[in-house]
Amino acid sequence: MRISVRVQEVDFNLSAENNALRADDDGIGAIAQFVGVMRNQNDGDTVSAMELEHYPGMTEKAITEIITEASSRWTLRAATVIHRVGKILPGEQIVWVAVCASHRHEAFQACEFIMDFLKSRAPFWKKETLADGSSRWVDARCSDAAALARW
Amino acid sequence: MIKVLFFARLREELACDSLSVDFAGSVAELKAALLERGVAWSALEADNIVCAVNQSVAKDSQIIQAGDEVAFYPPVTGG
Repeated sequence: MRISVRVQEVDFNLSAENNALRADDDGIGAIAQFVGVMRNQNDGDTVSAMELEHYPGMTEKAITEIITEASSRWTLRAATVIHRVGKILPGEQIVWVAVCASHRHEAFQACEFIMDFLKSRAPFWKKETLADGSSRWVDARCSDAAALARW
Repeated sequence: MIKVLFFARLREELACDSLSVDFAGSVAELKAALLERGVAWSALEADNIVCAVNQSVAKDSQIIQAGDEVAFYPPVTGG
C-alpha cells in the first residue's frame, strides 16, 4: 500500500494531488476524499485568521500510524494526508484525507477513520484571531473524543 | 541530557518552548522536577496535559533515558 503524509505551509491543489494519489493504479475502484476548510465562525464569534502549530516529526509519525492502523482494518491501495500549518484564512483548505481502495465501502470507512483519529491524536493546535484582533487557543471538543468510540 | 519540548497554550504559559536537562527517571518524576522551576509550571499538572516520549504518547510511569526527546502539550485541535 502507498502511504503519503505531508505537513506544509502552502496550499495544495486537489486535482494534482488526486492524480498523484491514483498513480496509474488501475486496481483502484473507489476514492474517498475529505477536505477540511476553515470556517469564518467559531463558538459564536467571527474568526478572521488562524495559526496552526504542530510538533514536527511526531505529527508525521502519528498520522502514518493512523493510516497503517486503517490499512490493517480495511483493504486499501493508497492513502494521502496533507495538513497545513502556519497562517490560514477563512475559506482556505486545512486538511485533505484521501483513500483509494478497490471498493467504496473500504474507502469511505477508512477515510472517516483516519480523519477521526487525526482530530484526536495528531499533534496540531489551532489559535484563532477574532474580528477585534484578539486571539485565543481553540479548545478540544468532547465530540471529537466521542467520535473515536465508534471505531 | 534529555530534550524537553512544550507546545501551544502550554508553551505560552511556561514562556518556554524547549529545555535541555540532565535527568533520568519516570515521566512523573520529570514533571515533579520541572514544577520546582516556578509557579507557572504547575500548568504541567493539569489532567489533560499529554506527554510524549520519543514522539509516542507516554504514561506517567514511563522511564526516560539519556538522549530521549520528551514533549508536553495540551489536547490537540487539528483537522
